[in-house]
Amino acid sequence: MKKIEAIIKHYKLDEVRDALNKIGVQGMTVTEVKGFGRQKGHMEVYRGVEYEVKFLPKVKIEVAVPAERLEDILRVIQDNARTGEIGDGKIFVSNLEDVIRVRTGERGRDAI
Amino acid sequence: MKRLLSILVITLTMLSFANIVIAEEEQIAPAATEAVSPAASSAPKVDTGDTSWVLISSALVMLMTPGLALFYGGMVRRKNVLGTIMQSFIALGVMTILWVLYGYSLSFGPDVGHIIGNLDWIGLKGVGLEPNPDYAATIPHQAFMIFQMMFAVITPALITGAIAERFKFSTYLVFLVIWATFVYFPLAHWVWGVGGWIRNLGALDFAGGLVVHISSGVSALAAAIFVGKRKGYGKEPMMPHNITMTLIGASLLWFGWFGFNGGSAVASGSLATSAFVVTHIATAAAALSWMFAEWKHRGKPTALGAASGAVAGLVAITPASGFVGPMSSIVIGLVGGVICYMAINLKSKFGYDDSLDVVGVHGVGGTWGAIATGLFASKAINAAGNDGLFFGNPSLLVNQLISVGAAWVYSFVITLIILKLLDATMGLRVDEESEYAGLDLAQHGESGYTL
Repeated sequence: MKKIEAIIKHYKLDEVRDALNKIGVQGMTVTEVKGFGRQKGHMEVYRGVEYEVKFLPKVKIEVAVPAERLEDILRVIQDNARTGEIGDGKIFVSNLEDVIRVRTGERGRDAI
Repeated sequence: MKRLLSILVITLTMLSFANIVIAEEEQIAPAATEAVSPAASSAPKVDTGDTSWVLISSALVMLMTPGLALFYGGMVRRKNVLGTIMQSFIALGVMTILWVLYGYSLSFGPDVGHIIGNLDWIGLKGVGLEPNPDYAATIPHQAFMIFQMMFAVITPALITGAIAERFKFSTYLVFLVIWATFVYFPLAHWVWGVGGWIRNLGALDFAGGLVVHISSGVSALAAAIFVGKRKGYGKEPMMPHNITMTLIGASLLWFGWFGFNGGSAVASGSLATSAFVVTHIATAAAALSWMFAEWKHRGKPTALGAASGAVAGLVAITPASGFVGPMSSIVIGLVGGVICYMAINLKSKFGYDDSLDVVGVHGVGGTWGAIATGLFASKAINAAGNDGLFFGNPSLLVNQLISVGAAWVYSFVITLIILKLLDATMGLRVDEESEYAGLDLAQHGESGYTL
């Protein structure tokens, strides 16, 4: 099992969600996050005082997937989150030890 | 439980005091009516139109203080939103009681040496429902009193923008009382009280450019310098946490200001209308000029800038509102917006932390307004006023400058002394940890947002 953490633009969230739904992904966790990458921040000016906003808001989705479906799912996320501009985000993949469904106690792949 | 009981005891003691006071008032009341009734035919008559306008105006001006609370509240960080709002809101409590007890008497009571009123009207003794022709011949004296009360409420609240996010609430309450007693009441008497020296000098201040805006703006300068910067000022981001709130506040100020300036005619009719009209025009002009100045200077027309410009315009037109015509008010507003914008940009060069720009908006805007009155005033608008420089009379401008200089020096020095005393006794600032946690939690034990 793999865990995908994708940092994407806010306005791409719906497209990604719908596309993942279509290929049978049954759940995800969404978090508001802040950070920086190549896009850097921007300047804001309030009454003549400049503030450098160093961290930009993004949205993070987390999905647990069976290992053999990983590539498909990664492609769908990438295709739907991409605008081609700097700031489209990143996708992290890691190994996932175990998953437990709280209601039934099912474990592993059955619980995804 | 013990604490609750002691509060109850204090309340009951107060009630017994009330008995004595009310008994006194009852003794006065019949005597007063007897004194008036023989001369009833010559006594001034209450005009219902004038009275309703002044009462409505009082309510409008009252709304400006909560408006100011929102204006300021949106500009601080979210951890200080309640502390900031409270500083304005509680002025409604403190100043009201003070005004009744002795503030009105010191400000408008019978003159002592051209600098202060005496204590004849303490506890509103003799301030009844008959008009007082010295101030407003066609409305009950109490209507004039409560209208003026609202000015006394908002003025010290304006100062709080300079000391936002770091001032101790208990000290602030004491500061309110002392500042009003030694700065506001005397200044109000100088300018508006019968016998006051600035009034006698012939300087004009229709609705409080000097008394309200220069006094608060200059005191704010003294306070910002003396209290010191917020921790992390210039290093940590201190962005406004809710500019929509600030815009609602600015809008309420704009709305309430029709009472502030229009009501200062203390009658309904042509002068009130003229003041109402020029107030609106100058505000619109200043919102535009600040926005365009910032757009040109920084590249973006900001909402905070438009709101700040509107307030700068309101401040600038205040002293002139009863004496100038529509075209003059456009110039006053346009210039007011731009010079206040320049002033707030200069702030960082001087290095003091006037957190919400009270000096740049009220000090500078009020000073410009007082000078502009000396330039644009016209007897064609208000025969009881005077002609300014552009209408062939340079002497008014000289008087305006004298009054501005006096208000600047007096407000600055006395405020500094008050703060020095409070610093030595109660302490001005919250401790570092409280400042970090925010005034809401540290001073008031609550949070503005639980989202």
